[in-house]
Amino acid sequence: MGEAPGTLAASWIVARKDLAIEFRTRTAFLSALVFALLGVTIFYFAWDATAVAAADLAPGVLWVIFTFAGLLGLQRSFGSELADRAIDGLLGAPISREAIYLGKALANLVFVSGILAVTIPAVVLFYNLPFGPGIGALAGIAALAAVGLVAVGTLFSAMAVNTRMAELLLPMLSLPFFVPIVMGAAQSSARLMAGRPIAEAWPWLRILVAFDIVFVTACTLAFPYTLDE
Amino acid sequence: MTSASEPLPTARPRRDPLLGVAIVAVALVYVRALAFTPIEARQGAAQKILYIHATSAFIALYVAFALMAIASILYLWLKDEKLDRVAESAAEVGLAFTTVVLLTGPLWGKTIWGAWWTWDARLTSTLFLWFLIVAYSLLRGAVEERGRRARYSAVLGILAALLVPFIHLSVYLFRTLHPMPILLKPSAPSMPSEMQVTFFSAFLAFLLLFAALLRARYRIATLRDHVASREQEHA
Repeated sequence: MGEAPGTLAASWIVARKDLAIEFRTRTAFLSALVFALLGVTIFYFAWDATAVAAADLAPGVLWVIFTFAGLLGLQRSFGSELADRAIDGLLGAPISREAIYLGKALANLVFVSGILAVTIPAVVLFYNLPFGPGIGALAGIAALAAVGLVAVGTLFSAMAVNTRMAELLLPMLSLPFFVPIVMGAAQSSARLMAGRPIAEAWPWLRILVAFDIVFVTACTLAFPYTLDE
Repeated sequence: MTSASEPLPTARPRRDPLLGVAIVAVALVYVRALAFTPIEARQGAAQKILYIHATSAFIALYVAFALMAIASILYLWLKDEKLDRVAESAAEVGLAFTTVVLLTGPLWGKTIWGAWWTWDARLTSTLFLWFLIVAYSLLRGAVEERGRRARYSAVLGILAALLVPFIHLSVYLFRTLHPMPILLKPSAPSMPSEMQVTFFSAFLAFLLLFAALLRARYRIATLRDHVASREQEHA
């Protein structure tokens, strides 16, 4: 018998478990990825390309598609624990509730980062964006947006799986919370990709940072209340 | 679980004196607003919407939504089912008031701004507040088990209260960076005293209506929980 791991070590074990399942099946990741790429291409034809420049369209497309693709991953986060009541195994483990939440959130963060790692280059390619120093800043914005999305989405995923209309409820609960994320990410990346000074994007970045701090804390504290004792 | 010792509301729903008084008060205020309050010089008759629109907005955000958030926090702390019912009732009556705000706003906006809707910070925040309360109600309807329903909705209620400042901040930032020329909203002119009297009596009348509806809704929730408890006992 080993000693019970600390919160961070325990959350890493939970994340590794989820990532191993995802890596061996790859179903959710591949479908979310294909969904994101399809979305990026469909959006291009939803506008008159002669009236709206592709570069003006790109940030909005990227972040809207990102939130919807993220929802696909989040759905599976606790959905996978339903089969054979696998969640009981997690709850019975000698780890804190917070560690379960952080582990799940960490696995989801890897999931959505993987989607972004393919979607961002795809948007740059399909929308003919200038491939410059803005890309590095875009990665930073992506990280901030992903943390906020995952913090809220993981908590709501835990709640939604135990309801009668799980697949419908998760987007309904999450999307209002994604509004500041989409606005912050889209507005700041639009400015940075247009080569504007970072000072112009700064107010939006501050909202993203504040959102991450507030909701990572609040959701970690709230998570134990979503579990059945 | 509802303890069997908790007194059941016994009054027949048809006799709700508070609700009766509230409805009469709202009616009287409207008689005063339409017939005995001067017509605003610039806006004309459209300004009369203020008495229902602004009062409902204030009550929806600062009374109903705040009550839902506070009752949610207290529920997670004290685990008292009554607090869950207060949150549930406040959310549902708040949803009605927010709907009134969103319906009366465009009526006024079309006349004064020339547009049914603008993405002004306040309008957008109110719309998202409405979405949040709808999500809250849907969540309540989707969870069968009572204890779980109460915990889930309390968590959502608290997170929603944390979200509102973020939404307000971001839509405000959005608007100030992209100013809209149709925003011709007059900066709150000081009202003549007759209008002020009408406005404050309207506020009191709607507050009374909110309290009456909240009480009626709370009573329904209590009865429903009691029926559920009885059914469980007999099952």
